[in-house]
Amino acid sequence: MPDLLVADLSRWQFALTAMYHFLFVPLTLGLSMILVVMEGAYVMTGKEVWRRTTKFWMNLFGINFVLGVATGITMEFQFGTNWSYYSHYVGDVFGAPLAIEGLMAFFLEATLVGLMFFGWDKLSRPAHWMVTFFVALGSNLSALWILIANGWMQNPVGSEFNPDTMRMEVTNFMEVLFNPVAQAKFVHTVSAGYVTAAVFVLGVSAWYVLKNRHLGLAKRSMAVAASFGLLSSLSVVVLGDESGYTLTDNQKMKLAALEAMWHTEEAPAPLTLIGIPDREARETHLEVQVPWVLGLIATRSLDGEVEGILPLVAIAEDRIENGVKAYDAVARLNADPDDAEARTIFEATKRDLGYGMLLLRYTDTPSTADEETIAKAAWDTVPHVAMSFYSFRLMAGLGFLFIGVFALAFYFISLRRNVPKLFLRLAVLIIPLPWIAAELGWILAETGRQPWIIDGVLPTFLGVSSLSASQVITTMVGFTLIYGTLAVVEVSLMIKAISAGPGARLFPAGGGGSDTDELSPAAAAAPSIKFDV
Amino acid sequence: MTEIPLDYATLKILWWGLVGALLIGFAVTDGYDLGAASLLPFVAKTDKERRLVINSVGPTWEGHQVWLITGGGALFAAWPFVYAVSFSGFYLAMFVVLAALILRPVGFKYRSKRQSAAWRSGWDWALFVGGFVPALIFGVALGNVLQGVPFNLDSTLRASYDGGLFGLLNPFALLCGLASVAMLVMHGAAYLVAKLERGPVLDRAAGFGTWAGIGVLIFYAAAGVWLMVSGMGYRIVSEIDPQAVANPLRKEVVVETGAWLANYGKYPWMILAPVLGFAGTVLAILGLRKKAGWTIVASGLAAAGIIASIGASMFPFILPSTVNPNASLTVWDSASSQTTLFIMLIVTVIFLPIILIYTSWVFKVLWGRLGTEEANSAGAY
Repeated sequence: MPDLLVADLSRWQFALTAMYHFLFVPLTLGLSMILVVMEGAYVMTGKEVWRRTTKFWMNLFGINFVLGVATGITMEFQFGTNWSYYSHYVGDVFGAPLAIEGLMAFFLEATLVGLMFFGWDKLSRPAHWMVTFFVALGSNLSALWILIANGWMQNPVGSEFNPDTMRMEVTNFMEVLFNPVAQAKFVHTVSAGYVTAAVFVLGVSAWYVLKNRHLGLAKRSMAVAASFGLLSSLSVVVLGDESGYTLTDNQKMKLAALEAMWHTEEAPAPLTLIGIPDREARETHLEVQVPWVLGLIATRSLDGEVEGILPLVAIAEDRIENGVKAYDAVARLNADPDDAEARTIFEATKRDLGYGMLLLRYTDTPSTADEETIAKAAWDTVPHVAMSFYSFRLMAGLGFLFIGVFALAFYFISLRRNVPKLFLRLAVLIIPLPWIAAELGWILAETGRQPWIIDGVLPTFLGVSSLSASQVITTMVGFTLIYGTLAVVEVSLMIKAISAGPGARLFPAGGGGSDTDELSPAAAAAPSIKFDV
Repeated sequence: MTEIPLDYATLKILWWGLVGALLIGFAVTDGYDLGAASLLPFVAKTDKERRLVINSVGPTWEGHQVWLITGGGALFAAWPFVYAVSFSGFYLAMFVVLAALILRPVGFKYRSKRQSAAWRSGWDWALFVGGFVPALIFGVALGNVLQGVPFNLDSTLRASYDGGLFGLLNPFALLCGLASVAMLVMHGAAYLVAKLERGPVLDRAAGFGTWAGIGVLIFYAAAGVWLMVSGMGYRIVSEIDPQAVANPLRKEVVVETGAWLANYGKYPWMILAPVLGFAGTVLAILGLRKKAGWTIVASGLAAAGIIASIGASMFPFILPSTVNPNASLTVWDSASSQTTLFIMLIVTVIFLPIILIYTSWVFKVLWGRLGTEEANSAGAY
């Protein structure tokens, strides 16, 4: 049995490195798209101010992008270093999207990103725009393949355990590709990235307006951010709802946990707005519920049932008992691959093999487990309810907040063309919020999947490498120091670049136009957005 | 999945070649970036000279690094066993490589964002570490792979490992580490000779590169002699079924003196790899002395030959085990399923040519020697 301390430390390390990596990814996803829009305006209109605007945001994109790349390398190698048994157990299925991500997306993005920065004077306008477009396409395709991999961990379709090789193997790759969980996660995550970038561009531009600097750049950027942000904040909520809907079929326990729904309610189930989940008492205190809504969201019907935590635990108990038979059959097949009786038992029970392995936390021989141990292992299938419950509510609340902000921004900038000072201040203040929402989303997605590293297939604690706790602690301290230092450096460079503004030093000499773009003829001809400052 | 038109054994061999091609792609492209970064503090003295070296690889190193990332992904997808056992086995060494590789992108991008001399010199050393340390550790790791590493597999195929960071630092592995550093420094120098305008940096690069090339000849030959006399090598003695499912515990392996050289008798064409390694290096030394632009081709061929010679010597072994030779990972029993290998082959056949096309296009756009002035313009790093 693997060391539980090493498993916990490895989980902390993965959470640390993944959440740090995801500080940079959403902005890369969204800002790359915004760059395409802005450079498109430059190519279409030929106005110098759009070129300067694009290059300004591109500089910020670059500062952010490198850390996304640098921390992404850690992610890819970490499966092998810290989750070695996991890598063996699922590499046949999980490795493929990762490798395809490299071939199809990351090569494109990384090969062209250099040219995007260095190629302004070496390429024609449309050719450079095409390069920017392919960088954005590459980033977004990267996200697609990574989320296909992650989606499979949430809903392991198209694959089967092979007792001869002791691992999961692909049976239907199309099912892995078109996994509904993966598709829902992809669109939700990518649009969350677009919201992040839109909030960032809106907030930084609002700050310039408040300081009365670089107005030509700021008002154009705000107009782009407002429309881009309105569309993406609407889709992030709509597609997030789709993501929730896929849980109904595929991750019932996660859905029950994020609703803190202990018992199966009569259809259509009510939605709990707020409450205090209590794992010990197995109930939620001080619930405020809205009737019918959960049933409608989760089943798209009035008569579909949403199962509660306790009935799901009872199902898990049965599956564990069945899984013990599968586990024993695998052991017999290991000793003798020609044992026909063991193969028959395995074929009948293989769906529950992972559940049998939950008992390995308590005993090396699952078949000797008593009722009480089985009940304990079944209760282990319940994730951290309060964490799921609160992180979901906070994330969803922020999602609705962004819709409100962008609806206002769109109204002020595009329709009324008069932006009140209070709104500008608000736009600056909310800059950090999309990052918080995105991290909460990952906390929900990943802790909501526990105790499984692959839902229903492999318990997390079994996935680890054979390492000592001191080895894991050493690297964790190392990563914390490096990442901590780089975070400080990155934020200071971002702030420096923003306060410097689109200054001449950032751009090659002779690019045309003056530094004070708000006074240039091009800027004067721009749509007249008024700022109430 | 219906009928797969290629049999399992053929797919296993194709993937042995493809993983090798990805490693060679990494060494030939990103290899010169690592070499140039290792040379940075020595060939470039002033801030302008350092920006010249940095910007000679500035627009392209990021794409090159993807060879490594895709290599890691391909290892995961095609040989999950090898990915799992080697990465966890070399745990702390992997951390050191990752830390160095993290410094590299940041060093490139952030170095010139502030004027301060201390800031810039700090990032210069970070770039040196980001080039030198991976070059050294990749060589040390290959040296250990050639000797075999102390891992075992239990009946559930869970790998355990008895060895730490310092077990990796044995004399043979260190020799391989030196060979690797010399090879990449030579390659980096060849790139600078091809890419930079004539001047002191190019002259210094040619000088260091020549010595590095001589180092390659000495270390590579010494490693070969060591292989011959030390008794390194493993051989499968049981019947092997190339079509069998991947389970490394179903074979018998012995340690055998000189087994790593036996392939050259069995498949004489494999001798091309070490010949290319030596001939490419000799040509590169000659080219570096003449400061000729074609040297980069010679040093690239040398790197390809040297890496291919390791794969050829060990075939069909990928990762031999010292504590339980039977558990050694080989081409025949460490691969993914037939379905996965086939799907990945299709994806590679489609996308590898596309990658080569747009990479060549980028090189075409950036064609020409780089001068100090352009390298120090505001658009550069």
